[in-house]
Amino acid sequence: MKIGVVISEGPYTHQAADTGYHFVKAALAKGHEVPRVFFYHDGVNVATRLSVPPQDERNIQKNWTELAKEHGIDMVVCIAAAQRRGLLDENEAERQGKDANNIAEGFRISGLGQLIEMAIQTDRLVMFGD
Amino acid sequence: MSDTKKFLYVNRKAPYGTIYALESLEVVLIGAAFEQEVALAFLDDGVFQLTKGQDTTGIGVKNFSPTFRALGDYDVNKLYVERESLEERGLSEDDLQEIMYEDEDDDWAEKPSIRIVSRAEMADIMAEQDVILSF
Repeated sequence: MKIGVVISEGPYTHQAADTGYHFVKAALAKGHEVPRVFFYHDGVNVATRLSVPPQDERNIQKNWTELAKEHGIDMVVCIAAAQRRGLLDENEAERQGKDANNIAEGFRISGLGQLIEMAIQTDRLVMFGD
Repeated sequence: MSDTKKFLYVNRKAPYGTIYALESLEVVLIGAAFEQEVALAFLDDGVFQLTKGQDTTGIGVKNFSPTFRALGDYDVNKLYVERESLEERGLSEDDLQEIMYEDEDDDWAEKPSIRIVSRAEMADIMAEQDVILSF
């Protein structure tokens, strides 16, 4: 089965980004496909490469980056939600005249159309939020 | 699998205080371009999103409630509001803004988009969907 996943709460404050991660791992292990994960609301904050959690805690961004790399998952961060919250890739930082970018490897910034497209093209849409 | 799916956007949160309602509406507006079968559900504190006379000047946040009246132009004209959620909050249909659409199958007659449904009917509506996005 093709499963599309949405993460809609921020890392560390909420469990959603962790539960979503464990769900995707389990689904892949069962032979399902997860072509895309879409990050929305505060979920976009998962994609910052500047978070530095204590060493004895899990690193949510790194977990996702590694999982996506291993399984070829397209991780999309909503551009409108990202811009409100200060998540920028190199192009967006330049376009907005900002002096830095912070998107981690494996994530890409794109529009909400990617969420709708994912919902149309998958058999199930699973949202992890509050 | 057919190319058209039934999408239901479930709105459960008050319009202000958190960003869920606004960012839900942004998905609805973008999603309208994909020509899917779209409906919106309002339940729990989500029913406050449709109340009339919203004034946000005191909190410095944009009042986005007029946008709901434009949904008809995007062929989004099924706004299901749960009766029990209204009643539990001391609200009735009279407290909601009037949202109309033009029915192209009925000589463009103006019809109300808001449909008040019971909790049991809401469950049936959810069961019929292909995709449910919950905000």
